[in-house]
Amino acid sequence: MPFVISGRADALAETRLGGGQVDKQRDDSGVIGVGDKVVLRDVRKSFRVDGRVTVALDGIDMVARDREFVTLIGPSGCGKSTLFNIICGLMEPEAGQVWLNSRVDGRRIGTVGYMPQKDLLLPWRSVLDNVILGPELAGVDRRKASREARELLPLFGLAGFEDSYPVTLSGGMKQRAALLRTVSCHRDIMLLDEPFGALDALTRSTLQDWLLGIWQRFRQTVLFITHDVEEAVYLSDRVYVMSARPAQMIKELTVPLARPRCRDMVATESFLSCKVELLAALGT
Amino acid sequence: MIEDPRKGARRGWAVPWERLSQYLPAVTMTVLLLTVWQAATMIWDIQKWLLPSPVQIGRAAVEARQLLGPHIWQTAKETLLGFAVALGAGTLLALAIDFSPTLRRAIYPLLVVSQTIPTIAIAPLLVIWLGYGIWPKIIVVGLVCFFPIVVSLADGLRSADPDLIALLQSMGATRRDVFFKVRWPGAMPAFFSGVKIAITYSVIGAIMGEWVGASRGLGIFMLRATNSFRTDWVFVAIGIIALMSIVLFLLVAALERALLPWYYTAEREERWEEL
Ligand SMILES: Nc1ncnc2c1ncn2[C@@H]1O[C@H](COP(=O)(O)OP(=O)(O)OP(=O)(O)O)[C@@H](O)[C@H]1O
Ligand SMILES: [Mg+2]
Repeated sequence: MPFVISGRADALAETRLGGGQVDKQRDDSGVIGVGDKVVLRDVRKSFRVDGRVTVALDGIDMVARDREFVTLIGPSGCGKSTLFNIICGLMEPEAGQVWLNSRVDGRRIGTVGYMPQKDLLLPWRSVLDNVILGPELAGVDRRKASREARELLPLFGLAGFEDSYPVTLSGGMKQRAALLRTVSCHRDIMLLDEPFGALDALTRSTLQDWLLGIWQRFRQTVLFITHDVEEAVYLSDRVYVMSARPAQMIKELTVPLARPRCRDMVATESFLSCKVELLAALGT
Repeated sequence: MIEDPRKGARRGWAVPWERLSQYLPAVTMTVLLLTVWQAATMIWDIQKWLLPSPVQIGRAAVEARQLLGPHIWQTAKETLLGFAVALGAGTLLALAIDFSPTLRRAIYPLLVVSQTIPTIAIAPLLVIWLGYGIWPKIIVVGLVCFFPIVVSLADGLRSADPDLIALLQSMGATRRDVFFKVRWPGAMPAFFSGVKIAITYSVIGAIMGEWVGASRGLGIFMLRATNSFRTDWVFVAIGIIALMSIVLFLLVAALERALLPWYYTAEREERWEEL
């Protein structure tokens, strides 16, 4: 049964679904809201290396709704990247369900835009050719894809660098190129795994504002991983805190700040209290 | 400092003097060695048939220039044909090894064993099987050259970053896409290293093929010169063989630079210079 909807549908249905797609039946396994782009139910995953079993994910539940910016935060090695690998379809969970766009069946691969922890640009391709990788794999005409990508280059601060090779770019530029590559896949769900992890504080805060600008424009559902509590609060609508391995969701926090965000908010009381709450949950 | 990276592609060729000056150490070293050699033969009055001086070798080269043409052409032909065979067979074998783990386990040990058999031992057999024509030489060159090509390409294909492959898969790439967009281009630098080793050995392969039996070629020219105590001609042949190897090597290196501009960006080279 591909589609399941919940009672919340009435509130969200206006903008999302044409009535024809909706299957009104319910299913015992639970309820999925119509606007829920990503839903994880009791997702478990362990790895076996040389006979030793590492339990990475120990029953993860989470939701990301349409056009929501959701951040995952947790200690290093707790399984955040693993969770992303599962969501995008590179790995299958041992138990539990992954719902994308209210569907739980079929191949997930290719459904979401995934930006891995490393920038992973192909060194033998120019910036432009890297950016159009997604459309190229999807069989889109190269010229059309290039034209679209060229239009977006200035927005990503890469104007004039379309023919440069990745080795010649700075760290921040590589991250922006990788993000543009992800955006160019035109998926309405994007998974960003620590996109700013390796950058200095200054570049980082510039890129945060810039990312919010991009997101304001494209309005995908974003799942974002970070180690930085401040970054999590500043960017997100909601933040999930994961425990150390074996990972579970130990806290869910809705950020009460208005949009669009600006730097002044960092000093407000609600910002600080969010920060304190997250730090407490992380046990630091 | 981050310069305008667009310069990268053009830079290397812009200043000829800078490029020429790179060869200065090599040229100086060669001239120095030749001078010492010349001086040594003169000081100790070494016999020409024992060790000719560079000047005597030069004179011998002028003397033999009429004779040498057909020999050079023959050896060049054998070298290039043998190398082409090695390139084709080597690439196919590498792809086979890469395609299936079973084939890898089946083929790899045989490849290694094939390299332990001395070429000098196989060459006479090839003559017995195939006669005195060009084929035994082509096969000897092929045997000498194909191993570095297979190993470098097979290892290059395996060295692809698994995270890059995962990224492409997350975008819905097929195995074919992964091969042509990640693994093959990523294997090229390793592949060219193998090809450079192979091309350096190729001329020597042709010479060894000729030693066993031939009517023309630099190898047979050398053999006849040795038998008639024309040591100066032997050295002329050695000089030509070295020159041919260097030219072939430089051709491959130039091709590599032209085909892999991303691997030879000015920035990367500057960084190496600095280290
Ligand atoms: N392919 C794999 N094989 C074996 N173990 C793995 C594999 N991938 C991840 N792990 C293990 O699972 C755990 C979680 O890894 P993961 O990369 O998801 O952590 P993370 O939360 O993303 O960490 P970080 O914040 O440092 O990136 C780690 O202990 C890791 O060793
Ligand atoms: Mg990670």
